[in-house]
Amino acid sequence: MGVLTGDVLAYIGRKAPPRTEVVTRRDIRKYAIATGQTQKKYVDGDVAPPLFHVALFWDVVPINELSPDGVSVDKLLPKFPLEKAMAGGLDIQYHNRIRAGDVLIGNRTLTNIYEKEGRSGALIFYEVVLEVIREDGTPVLTEKTTRLLR
Amino acid sequence: MSLQPNIDTLKIGDALPETHYTPDNIQLFFYNAILWNAHRIHFDLPYATDVEGYKGLVIAGPMLGDWLAQAVDNWIGDRGMVQRVEYSNRMASFIGETLTTGGTVTAINPQARTADFELFMKNEAGDVITPGKVTVRFD
Repeated sequence: MGVLTGDVLAYIGRKAPPRTEVVTRRDIRKYAIATGQTQKKYVDGDVAPPLFHVALFWDVVPINELSPDGVSVDKLLPKFPLEKAMAGGLDIQYHNRIRAGDVLIGNRTLTNIYEKEGRSGALIFYEVVLEVIREDGTPVLTEKTTRLLR
Repeated sequence: MSLQPNIDTLKIGDALPETHYTPDNIQLFFYNAILWNAHRIHFDLPYATDVEGYKGLVIAGPMLGDWLAQAVDNWIGDRGMVQRVEYSNRMASFIGETLTTGGTVTAINPQARTADFELFMKNEAGDVITPGKVTVRFD
């Protein structure tokens, strides 16, 4: 018996409003230091390390919109019948490097919701694709996040 | 001899150098600060242990993914570019633990000048907490 209703599945294909972010040397430097980078091009903030976009496109939300555990509610997602987050994974394909001074646009789409029967009950999977491009449309990267709820 | 970042001499099964990480509160704080991530499991120890049932402050999942990417990116340096990174956070890890990254070459494509790596991040017990794959393209 499935746990996903038509109301939840209707969210597949939903898109978040595009977000435009300016890449600053200061943010690259902070990211590089926080992640223990040793390569000069990253520590100096000229070029962004491969996972920098995770920080750049993390949602900036007001404190009073956080849930009591400090998590920002992702408005792209429906209310799922299962809520315990178990694991997550990323699959990122890179087209062009991110550099200080770039103006990037991120478009997020909820591309899939499905369920599987696990050993201890139903599991819900969902996938969100983030496409990052430059203002002139040059592709920068494509990231697919898969998350698992039980 | 350390593994040279040269596609002409690289062989399937070649192993990357292992790197050890022992993240502390300051590093985890800086990481979550640059994200704007206030999830309490990363900084509120009574919340992480008493409410969520973890054994300590939880290392942020994407920071582990970053370190898997670094395993290859630091090896290739300025001789190429990461083309693809895949990882999945399977188990939690905690402040105080020492984590180890490493991996091996699983495929080489001389025409495209790419190499694929299978990567791991292990905890001290030897559990693979974050497996991953990285593809690099040599210049």
